[in-house]
Amino acid sequence: MTFDRRDFLKASAGAAGAATLASVSGCATYYSGNAAPKVVVIGAGFGGATFARYLKTWYPKADVTIIEPNAKFVSCPTSNEVLAGHASMDDITRPYDGVKKIVNAFVQDYVTGINTTAKTVTTKGGKTIAYDRLVLAGGVELLFDTVKGYDAEAQKVVKHAWKASAEQTGALRAQLEAMPDGGVFVMSVPMAPYRCPPGPYERASMVASYFKKAKPKSKIIVLDGNPDIASKKGLFLAAWKKHYGYGTDNSMIDYRANNMPKSVNVATMTVGTEFDDVKGDVLNVVPPMRAAEICGLAGVRTGNNGNWCPVNYITFESTVVKDVHILGDSALTNFPKSGSVANNTGKMCAYAMSEMFSGREPDGAPVVTNTCYSGTGMGTAFHVATVFRWDPEKKSLVPPKGANGVSKEESELEYAYMMSWKENVLNDTLNLA
Amino acid sequence: MQKKTIAVGLLVAGMLGAVASVQADPRARFMAANCSYCHGANGKSAGAIPSLAGLEVKYFVDQMKAFRDGTRPATVMAKHANGYTDAEYLAMAKYFAAIK
Repeated sequence: MTFDRRDFLKASAGAAGAATLASVSGCATYYSGNAAPKVVVIGAGFGGATFARYLKTWYPKADVTIIEPNAKFVSCPTSNEVLAGHASMDDITRPYDGVKKIVNAFVQDYVTGINTTAKTVTTKGGKTIAYDRLVLAGGVELLFDTVKGYDAEAQKVVKHAWKASAEQTGALRAQLEAMPDGGVFVMSVPMAPYRCPPGPYERASMVASYFKKAKPKSKIIVLDGNPDIASKKGLFLAAWKKHYGYGTDNSMIDYRANNMPKSVNVATMTVGTEFDDVKGDVLNVVPPMRAAEICGLAGVRTGNNGNWCPVNYITFESTVVKDVHILGDSALTNFPKSGSVANNTGKMCAYAMSEMFSGREPDGAPVVTNTCYSGTGMGTAFHVATVFRWDPEKKSLVPPKGANGVSKEESELEYAYMMSWKENVLNDTLNLA
Repeated sequence: MQKKTIAVGLLVAGMLGAVASVQADPRARFMAANCSYCHGANGKSAGAIPSLAGLEVKYFVDQMKAFRDGTRPATVMAKHANGYTDAEYLAMAKYFAAIK
């Protein structure tokens, strides 16, 4: 058995004891003797709710408050199934009962202010909540202002459906149902990085499956801001060829790379790109995105031109503001912005924090995994899976040899796994099983 | 100097190992929790993905090695098996075996 740095830390911590550890670690000293550190989590999604569950499991003494604006959780993963008509909104909606059971306080409210000096969070409802550690798990902010004409009025007609809800996903499904056969569905793919890299291509597949069955004369125009299909390219192209005539004159999907939507016009029902105005019966424009608004309030949205939040890979603490941690889509990392990664980084942060609260050094060699399925719309699916491990030379988390890859081909078995993953990740995240 | 510290550390780690159960080992339970977004919290799965709770230690370790070698065909598991060490297979195996 090899003796790595982690074992060394563990062993020397055991030998030296917590008292001597004070000289090595500021955070460990801070928490020794602190019986119930106050942890405030903003956002009860795949990152925040998972973090809260596992911190309370691994360090029950933590006093955890979770602030979440929504009364119920609606899953973005598998929400494209709703657009296809394969699932209902109920199928992707879950209660917060399990989360409420495990945390000390569940506050249904909007955060309006964060003071990282006084270490307080204020809410729209007039509450001021103090923290020792703050966890920001607010997902993404959609930048409507960057698309000309995509104002509040236009948003009543044009849905992004990139944050799943009845008002977005449910409304877009209703628009597709109301569209006549022979209609055109225009959808867009934002510039990377964005939440759920394969999501747009899965969406095109799902809507195609609905059209194939119910409206076979209809077309889908995919306006992609990126130079190429950004995720699972070979698998999506194979599925589009196999099921939807891609590459023939009768292709249901018209894919256009380097076509970033610059404007929307609901009077003419067009999406403007650099090249032309594309007319559709149903428009689905997903604007560019950045880390959630709360990250701006906390002053941690400093990476990548002020769009994402740089974090320490061991603790997911902000590299610019002390005692503020960022999970899931908001973090600037080399991980894909997926539900699985948000869930796993929630556990990693809970692990690091429970170690610090126990007066120990956090694990210096963490592991993060991603497993992400996409459906074709025809009862089959495929995956990308990756394990990221700490590489001391690169000072980053990278996949070891053989620990990253995609399916060979679509399969019914992987569709069954995808649906099983959905149940398990929702149960795991929301403490429902 | 460093060698001496490691030697002392090993001695103490060995003593601790005798009393601490794998369930209480923070790294082992974190590693096991990584599996749960697919295999269910505490290794109890809903649907087509197999549960891991209660699997025998040897069976678990053998399957991970077979996924890694390619002797057991897999969808996602070859990638996951390549991401962990043999010692980690064993730690996770013990964790899941202890769940009833």
